[in-house]
Amino acid sequence: MDFAQKCNKIRQMILKTIGNLGVGHIGGSLSIVELLVVLYDKYMNVNPKDPNMVGRDRLIVSKGHSGPAVYSILCSKGYFPEDWLLTLNKPGTNLPSHCDMNKTPGVDMTTGSLGQGFSCAMGVAKASKIKNDGATIYTIIGDGESQEGQIWEAAMFASQQKLDNVIAFTDYNKMQLDGPIEEICNITPLDDKWRAFGWNVIVVKDGNNCEEIDAAITLAKFSEKPSMIILNTIKGKGISFAEKAGAGNHSMQITPEMMAQGLAELRGEA
Amino acid sequence: MEMRQVLAAELEKLMAQNENIVLIDADLSKPNGLAGLKSKFLERAMDIGISEQNMACIAAGMSSYGMIPFISTFTPFATRRICDQIAVSCAYAKQNVKIIGTDPGISAEFNGGTHMSMEDIGVLRSIPEIVVFEPVDNNQLKKALPQIVDYYGVVYIRAFRKETPDVFDESCDFDLFKALKIKDGEDLSIFCSGLMVHETLLADKELKSQGINAEIINIHTIKPIDRTAIIESAKKTGVVLTVENHNIIGGLKSAVCEVLMEEFPVPLRAIGINDKFGQVGKMPYLKEQYNMRAEDIVNKALEVLNLKCK
Repeated sequence: MDFAQKCNKIRQMILKTIGNLGVGHIGGSLSIVELLVVLYDKYMNVNPKDPNMVGRDRLIVSKGHSGPAVYSILCSKGYFPEDWLLTLNKPGTNLPSHCDMNKTPGVDMTTGSLGQGFSCAMGVAKASKIKNDGATIYTIIGDGESQEGQIWEAAMFASQQKLDNVIAFTDYNKMQLDGPIEEICNITPLDDKWRAFGWNVIVVKDGNNCEEIDAAITLAKFSEKPSMIILNTIKGKGISFAEKAGAGNHSMQITPEMMAQGLAELRGEA
Repeated sequence: MEMRQVLAAELEKLMAQNENIVLIDADLSKPNGLAGLKSKFLERAMDIGISEQNMACIAAGMSSYGMIPFISTFTPFATRRICDQIAVSCAYAKQNVKIIGTDPGISAEFNGGTHMSMEDIGVLRSIPEIVVFEPVDNNQLKKALPQIVDYYGVVYIRAFRKETPDVFDESCDFDLFKALKIKDGEDLSIFCSGLMVHETLLADKELKSQGINAEIINIHTIKPIDRTAIIESAKKTGVVLTVENHNIIGGLKSAVCEVLMEEFPVPLRAIGINDKFGQVGKMPYLKEQYNMRAEDIVNKALEVLNLKCK
């Protein structure tokens, strides 16, 4: 299965996970599918049979509302059985809306209160440096999340502590819950901001293109600074009703008909 | 000796014994007496600048890697300023983070209202699973720290910074989760914490001279509170006074009331900050301002004794 086929499969899993419940954070889940596939297929030194393996690479998804995407990739890697996906937000589930390290095997940090996971990732990276175990710490933040002051506290910390073991990503889909970012609290120029904070910055023109993401991570591996890879993505990418909803896809209702239509599209049947 | 010196000396010992312990300061390592540790533990003692939110989450991340982080700042910044970071990344995520807050309540003195946390215990006590500990003196802090390292989970250490009168001697021994009876008595129960324990003992001399034999119990761990000790003493004496350096809403008084109202309601009065903000001043002035002197404790004890069911 190539990258494109894998992404298609993960999108179907996300749609089924959320569609089965009828509501969920589909937009920001679909926008990071390519990134998750590239990370878990090519880069992450992890072991689904031993999710707490010492010295493993970590992924901290600071935009914790992308849980359905994280659960789909973890499930596809064998961290837990596929029927778990149908339990999203159901009583007693191991798969809550927002990522929870104490509930889901393979989740490296509890996130959801925006800005915090990114700081936690810098703490993880510092701990890895102290232990000198050679792990790479990956972390994903949202573009809206970049409005949190704490992101920039952590950015200065990483630079000061020379955390070259950090490769971070911004899911730059230009939308936040209430609408377009530039109309609410503009974050441009995002690349210059990160450069000014002492980071190695790589801008990926099409953040939903696996090859471009792959090339950017390869480049980041050579950096002596923490790296921020800015992915220009589309919120809701790959399913027409989600893309069309724009900012409305942050968390949206999905009827059985919408799920059927979306799955047909993804299978090339529509 | 100042409590911050004891804190530094004990942390140094613990860090030498346990290579997983890390210390993170946010530009208050000098006032908190911990600056010297940075040169002794180059990798594990760090000052990350004025960024308390980041500090709490850096600690949570390091804990997730098997380390035992202590974070340190003044009480208001260690609690109310970062309570979401503590609630979500530390407590909800079940991390092993230890929070040192210094200068509690009126002990912030000339730092005044902005730095005077009257609500820190209330803020953290309302978050599940957090242990709230307030040492009385240097010896108690010394004995508590190894227990705090051995306990897995978030612990808030509400430490005094400067010189504090000794209440306990070096032989003092206690369980972090059990209240510490200082004196047996039968007329009333006084539950007291932190620097107000010494003030309570001063008041006790006057009470004694009036023929009143108070039972004095130090509640050093306000959460989880030692319910048994509180209920047993209240049953014995039938009347209770709480004495604390904190708003009487949300702190020791509230915690004691929560136990007694459910288990054994008795007349109760409280010494503490009566829902007021802080202000600049030295301790004697502030104690007078907030009615926290030994004589206030005596008067309140007499008041509550009058309510005792005959």
